[in-house]
Amino acid sequence: MKKYSKTHEWVEVDGKIATLGISNHAQEELGDVVFVELPEIGKEVKKGDVLCSVESVKAASDVYAPVSGKVVEVNTELDSSPELVNQDAEGKGWIVKIEINDESELNDLMSEEEYKKFIEQ
Amino acid sequence: MKLIFEKSVSGRTGYSLPDLDVPQKPLSEMIPKGLIRKEEPNLPEVYEAEVVRHYTNLSRLNHSVDVGFYPLGSCTMKYNPKINERISKFDGFMYIHPYQNEKTVQGALELMYNLQNLLCEITGMDHMTLQPSAGAHGEFTGMSIIKKYHEDRGEYERRKVLIPDSAHGTNPASASMCGFEVVEIKSTKEGLVDLEELKKNLDEKTAAIMLTNPNTLGLYEREIEKIAKMAHDSGALLYYDGANLNAILGKIRPGDMGFDVVHLNLHKTFSTPHGMGGPGSGPVGVKSFLKDYLPIPVVEQDQNGLYYFNYDLPKTIGRVRSFYGNFGVLIKAYAYILFIGKEGLKEVAELAVLNANYLRKKMSRFLKIASDLVCMHEFVVDGSELKKYGVKTLDVAKRLLDYGFHPPTIYFPLIVSEAMMIEPTETETKETLDKFAETVEKILEEAREDPEILKNAPYTTYVKRLNEVLAVKQPILRWQKGENVKYTDL
Repeated sequence: MKKYSKTHEWVEVDGKIATLGISNHAQEELGDVVFVELPEIGKEVKKGDVLCSVESVKAASDVYAPVSGKVVEVNTELDSSPELVNQDAEGKGWIVKIEINDESELNDLMSEEEYKKFIEQ
Repeated sequence: MKLIFEKSVSGRTGYSLPDLDVPQKPLSEMIPKGLIRKEEPNLPEVYEAEVVRHYTNLSRLNHSVDVGFYPLGSCTMKYNPKINERISKFDGFMYIHPYQNEKTVQGALELMYNLQNLLCEITGMDHMTLQPSAGAHGEFTGMSIIKKYHEDRGEYERRKVLIPDSAHGTNPASASMCGFEVVEIKSTKEGLVDLEELKKNLDEKTAAIMLTNPNTLGLYEREIEKIAKMAHDSGALLYYDGANLNAILGKIRPGDMGFDVVHLNLHKTFSTPHGMGGPGSGPVGVKSFLKDYLPIPVVEQDQNGLYYFNYDLPKTIGRVRSFYGNFGVLIKAYAYILFIGKEGLKEVAELAVLNANYLRKKMSRFLKIASDLVCMHEFVVDGSELKKYGVKTLDVAKRLLDYGFHPPTIYFPLIVSEAMMIEPTETETKETLDKFAETVEKILEEAREDPEILKNAPYTTYVKRLNEVLAVKQPILRWQKGENVKYTDL
């Protein structure tokens, strides 16, 4: 099930592996994405740390780790096609896969419903 | 329109040289071989009239303050009186050289000395350097001074700089360039510095807090004295970004608010045509306890009344620029300050604030304003409601071009969704402000009727909607022979 952070990242967990990216709402706000700075594989991140950054025609914006863990895979397709983040933010535009340390951290994140309410505020 | 390079015809020239009356020598006898270029420089071969026409025509495609309203928030695009230009082109200023003996350029030094003092008086600081070439350069200089100050006291652990989330992007960039770690401080709902957040992050590792007051939303930070006390109690310094000084000229002074280091943008506040690369000028003022760290040289006056460059500051951060700064901009600032006077500067601030509030109130009838507070010299529109018409702030901005207005700053500050930042400045009439507001309202009506009108705008400008993604992904920064990528679908 997909979960969302207050800083507009989405996470989908399969076993110990969390796939994540920026939310569809976030890509709308950012506008045309021109560059995604991918993290190095093996990078250890704590929840709330800056994971990487996304650059659009408007601004450069940090992506925060919604959960703690180790980066195990990055979406290298974004190197040549950063526009995938705009076209399909919560699908083909995924950014990173993280091996998570503590599944209980997921409880702090919002469900799709809750996130929708959150962005309407 | 073709580029000047594309107008080049081999062998055509715009000069004629007299006959050679000295013996001709091969280049290789005069210049070391390694320094002689192997290829001809790639210069356009054109004649004089072509050059004049080319650049005159280019300038006619441009928008400038001399053409129309230019409410580019945060940039203070005020009208620059032409008398400043005339004065800066006086022979005595134009034809001096930085390598000249100080005794032969006393007038220029006196101007710099007096300007340093005037800027100190205006900002409430004790000493001033005129060297930095622009605002961000001033920030870097100011932050370098702060770094040197802490290091000089052995407080090497002070590595953190606190910056509000509404700050100009240059602030975190300058702090990072100086080797500091940047910590972002969230704003309150009103758009002011959150004191609780500040308190949480302020400790013995904090080197400085960087602030703009009025801040980037055009709001006055009312708790500034409290913030200054908090900073100083923890041993940190307070840095003032002078980008918004226009709003408080002659009214209040950063030095009195408790700031220790200040940078100014002479090209904004003190009237030099600017934008697209300068030249600018970003003097930095400090309180007396930081004087020793200023960049060298500083202009001083000796007992006999002679002005000179003082290089003897043992703790200086060093030079930050070749020679003595952008002297032409210094002349314009000096002329502007003397011409307008003390009372005039106060009036500048009053009218800048009045104009901004007039326009804010007027536009609040049809657009959401980011903060309900009375603003200073600028205000920010929250454009998120434009979505209901199926358009974005960018579309409104592009459509404004068709009506002869330069658009406001858009998508900044980042904390406001679909932001539009409007700074009318003191040099506009009520009629211009009315016309601008009416035009924006009219554009919103167009959006309601047919959003496509906005989405394809502009129509009347020479260059239409640009492909910004391509321009960022494949930037071509200089002309090259052969195929060039087009950023528009002309």
